[in-house]
Amino acid sequence: MAELDALDRRLIDAFQRDLPLCTRPFAAMAERLGVSEAEVLERLQTLQQGEVLSRVGPVFDHARAGASLLAAVAVPEAECDTVAAAINRSPGVNHNYAREDLAREDLARDGQVSGIDYNLWFVMTAADEVQLEARLEALEEELERPLLRLPMVEGYHIDLGFPIPWAELGGP
Amino acid sequence: MSVSTSLFEAAANGLDERDRAIVLATQAGLPLVPDPWGAVGGPLGMAADEVRVRMQRMVETGVIRRIAAVPNHYRLGYVANGMSVWDVDDAHVERLGREIAAVPGVSHCYRRPRHLPEWPYNLFVMLHGHERQEVERQAEALRERLGDACRDHRILYSSRILKKTGLRLGRRPVPPR
Repeated sequence: MAELDALDRRLIDAFQRDLPLCTRPFAAMAERLGVSEAEVLERLQTLQQGEVLSRVGPVFDHARAGASLLAAVAVPEAECDTVAAAINRSPGVNHNYAREDLAREDLARDGQVSGIDYNLWFVMTAADEVQLEARLEALEEELERPLLRLPMVEGYHIDLGFPIPWAELGGP
Repeated sequence: MSVSTSLFEAAANGLDERDRAIVLATQAGLPLVPDPWGAVGGPLGMAADEVRVRMQRMVETGVIRRIAAVPNHYRLGYVANGMSVWDVDDAHVERLGREIAAVPGVSHCYRRPRHLPEWPYNLFVMLHGHERQEVERQAEALRERLGDACRDHRILYSSRILKKTGLRLGRRPVPPR
């Protein structure tokens, strides 16, 4: 857990959305918080260096900014690192997670489950649908494995940022 | 989303080369300087005002969802991250998806196509907690809310982050590109 003071928290809470698109956005932030522009910039730099903030900037809707889909592949544990490296090298991949399904692993030990265990999950992006499909096909050929293609049909989240329950997290 | 819908949207959103250059230059974050728009525009040969106006337009068309300080949830103690996947009756999935998106702890809720027989799940709900038991409790609450419309569900926990562009998560080793 990162050590944060009251101003850090106010900064994070206040700017989970709507950094103003004015000529001096950080000065506008500073005015709202009653501190100087230099202090806001210094705090944000420190929070970013401490990895409390992953970035300050636009959050894009990738479905509108281009084409993308969630893909998955089933890989034996021993080959995970090799396959993950190939996926990461592939142009357009911007997230890649190993995921485990604990309940299913329990069932598998008891011999009660069959089917496919998709354990590497990644997001493939491209400028358009044609390039997206070409990238997926090229990767399938390289991996010699079929990819599960899971494009978004509809997104239901309202995306108001992620309210942080500071009290639950403890600290000052 | 169908191919035709997405192509239509790309055209409707009307991103040109200069917009795309701004997307690429800002997707890992803005420079933390008094005039970030000028700092983004400089290397692209654009004035600060052009960057600002183009970004404003992308906000209006929904290409940019928000401009924000994006927290690293791991560093804030949210270390249990479960992708829960649900097999929900198609007749009810839209209504239930909207309901679930408003539940605390849910960051994303998406409908995706099934791929039968190996993949029957059509609703994806990302859950975040301080520990896996908390995520299990969230999933149990969702199960009750979905009721008879839900046939089956699973929770796939992220066990390793192998790549997360634009995010520098802790000091985890990142495989070479």
